[in-house]
Amino acid sequence: MTGLRYVYAVCRPFGTPLQAELTGVAGAPAGLLHHHGLVAVVSTVPEADFGEEALKAHLEDLDWLAATARAHQGVVDALTTVTTPLPLRLATVFRDDSAVRVMIEAREDHFRALLDRLDGRVEWGVKVYAEEAADEPAGSAPAAPEKPASGRDYLRQRRARGQAKEETWQRAERFAHALHERLSARAEDFRLHPPQNSALSRESGLNVLNAAYLVPRAHSEEFVELVDHTKDEEPGFRVELTGPWAAYSFTGDTGNTAGTGDGAGVADAGEEVS
Amino acid sequence: MTTPGRLPEPYGQASGANLADILERVLDKGVVIAGDIRINLLDIELLTVKLRLIVASVDKAKEMGIDWWESDPALSSRARRDELARENAELRERLARLEELEPGRAPKEAP
Repeated sequence: MTGLRYVYAVCRPFGTPLQAELTGVAGAPAGLLHHHGLVAVVSTVPEADFGEEALKAHLEDLDWLAATARAHQGVVDALTTVTTPLPLRLATVFRDDSAVRVMIEAREDHFRALLDRLDGRVEWGVKVYAEEAADEPAGSAPAAPEKPASGRDYLRQRRARGQAKEETWQRAERFAHALHERLSARAEDFRLHPPQNSALSRESGLNVLNAAYLVPRAHSEEFVELVDHTKDEEPGFRVELTGPWAAYSFTGDTGNTAGTGDGAGVADAGEEVS
Repeated sequence: MTTPGRLPEPYGQASGANLADILERVLDKGVVIAGDIRINLLDIELLTVKLRLIVASVDKAKEMGIDWWESDPALSSRARRDELARENAELRERLARLEELEPGRAPKEAP
């Protein structure tokens, strides 16, 4: 047996077989490694690509990173259909099966505690985008078609733009906070993530809320409906739902709701407007 | 983007997810275990994801008040430059405002 062991997730044994053709990173099929009443979901990856130096180089290649991330997420996603997996971070690689077993033994209590807490729960991602804010690139706002005739005009236009921007931001903040309050009331836990950058997400608009909610599967339908209902509430904002995800955002040690600090995912209104 | 009425079943794939959603989770979240192959994903994430793509729109985002990367040591020098540029613009504007208040005294200058 050559090659390294890539570990996707840890879960409890489950009855349903994995999809027959479940391929993981590097195109290799994912398999199960049972140990101490837990299951590591693994696949064999070539050392040439996943050894330390090679892996470092690969991870700097956005195309490789994207393909690997999607493959990783694909396996975790497939697991979510049959059990509640604890997803591991990308590129968790061991020498061989016995090293994976040692890892399980060292952390089994932690794994069990997390699995108990997350059992039957999924993560939903909710993002809010402010459309107008993004339609207003500095200096080329369509609202100010005329070239300023004088410094005074320039300033007037600039001030007007600044005020409009500030209003948009205040509205965005209010909307994001209100939505978050409603959603977190229906979720067991939440995490506020930093807003996403549009160059990476290729989404239009500016991301003002980027949150993850931990919701029991049994209540997911209601949660999805709740999000859907808020979509058209406020013109100028777009609400996006992703999921269900494995509970990626809730595998950290801080189990409480205030874990990541309030406001981390809600962009502050532009304070630069003096 | 989202299909209305999408139900928790089947869990085929996290629908509506873009690459940023996936990277955000697989790189930043999930259980962290030091495997036999030691990789500092923080470095990776900075270089490929944050630096290459986020810096491109730093000016716009900063203008909007989103500045979470400022606490990021790897990006802070860039962020500091931006801060200087912003301060510079602010000072220019204040100066222009003063000139506007007292048009007679300050020499006119194209903005």
